[in-house]
Amino acid sequence: MDDLPLDALWVYLSGSPLLALTATLACYLIATRLFERSGQFALLNPVLVSVTVLAFGLVASGVSYANYFEGAQFIHFLLGPATVALALPLYRELPTLRRHLLPIVLAMSAGLASTVGSTLLIPRVTGMDELLRLSIAPKSVTAPVAMGISERIGGVPSLTAVFAIITGVLGAMIAVPLLTKLRIKDDAAKGLAIGLVSHGIGTARAFRISERAGAYSGLAMALTAMITATGLPYLIGWLGS
Amino acid sequence: MKLLVGFTALLCLQLAGEIVTRLFALPIPGPVVGLFLLLVALPLIPGLAELVDDAAQALLAHLSLLFIPAGVGVIVYIGRLDGVIVAASATLVGSTVIGLCVTALTLQRLMRGRSTRLDDAGDATISEH
Repeated sequence: MDDLPLDALWVYLSGSPLLALTATLACYLIATRLFERSGQFALLNPVLVSVTVLAFGLVASGVSYANYFEGAQFIHFLLGPATVALALPLYRELPTLRRHLLPIVLAMSAGLASTVGSTLLIPRVTGMDELLRLSIAPKSVTAPVAMGISERIGGVPSLTAVFAIITGVLGAMIAVPLLTKLRIKDDAAKGLAIGLVSHGIGTARAFRISERAGAYSGLAMALTAMITATGLPYLIGWLGS
Repeated sequence: MKLLVGFTALLCLQLAGEIVTRLFALPIPGPVVGLFLLLVALPLIPGLAELVDDAAQALLAHLSLLFIPAGVGVIVYIGRLDGVIVAASATLVGSTVIGLCVTALTLQRLMRGRSTRLDDAGDATISEH
């Protein structure tokens, strides 16, 4: 009776992209402000906070994820041009990058070997079944590439996307405290490590350190995606999973 | 206007990347190919960096925001991790920590031997832009 107009309003709002877009932007702005105010406290990572708040909002209001994504896809779409844009900070680093080419290649190789190695080894030790092991294997790669790899090696792509995104948020959260503790001072080293283990979400965090860290993180992310996509299926085949 | 031109240029490169990926059946997504296309084009086309700068800055300044829609999807699927939470967490945390330490320590150690002089040279080249 009295709440009928409200019902109609809700039907309209939940069906239009406006509400999902506004909620996502507002959550992000508040979460970012909170993160900066807290002195960049790791647990208050803006992606983690926004995602948690929005997910609770969906559950509480009974709006489906598909429905939410219809609005939020306009934000999601911008990931494409943003990835292309990573070339610009990288281009500005090219003179330094050329001078340190050998150390970068060696650090990338060591980093990839240890990341992929431990991602294959730990699930065996902890007794994960084969399907899960294959689904978690490409988790340090940006989600769309990781899903493609997962499909080829026989994992579950949607599960791989979950592992990849959790890895990204995890890397973005722990990287700065961990690297500070290790006394890593060079932003190039910070960025390269962050991009290698935690792809785009980590790269977003690296840009908050400096433009330089972001550039190296973007580079590591792109190279990790290319190398893992070409190499991992062979490695898995060779190891016989 | 410059923002719009820059954004269009980025979309064109993404489109070119998508076309290349599909034509050659590459295992990497179009935007990553677009990244490398732009990296190759930047030194070849004078003024291109200036042109895409505003759009690139705008997108990269809020890169975190762009991952939120996909991130919310994780919560939808997280119930499927029931029963493997411990093993999965051990893998994700373990390999992330190992990868971060190995990469950063290797690079910092290898660069330290030749760092100061080369970094100065590098910075000098950058400030010429």
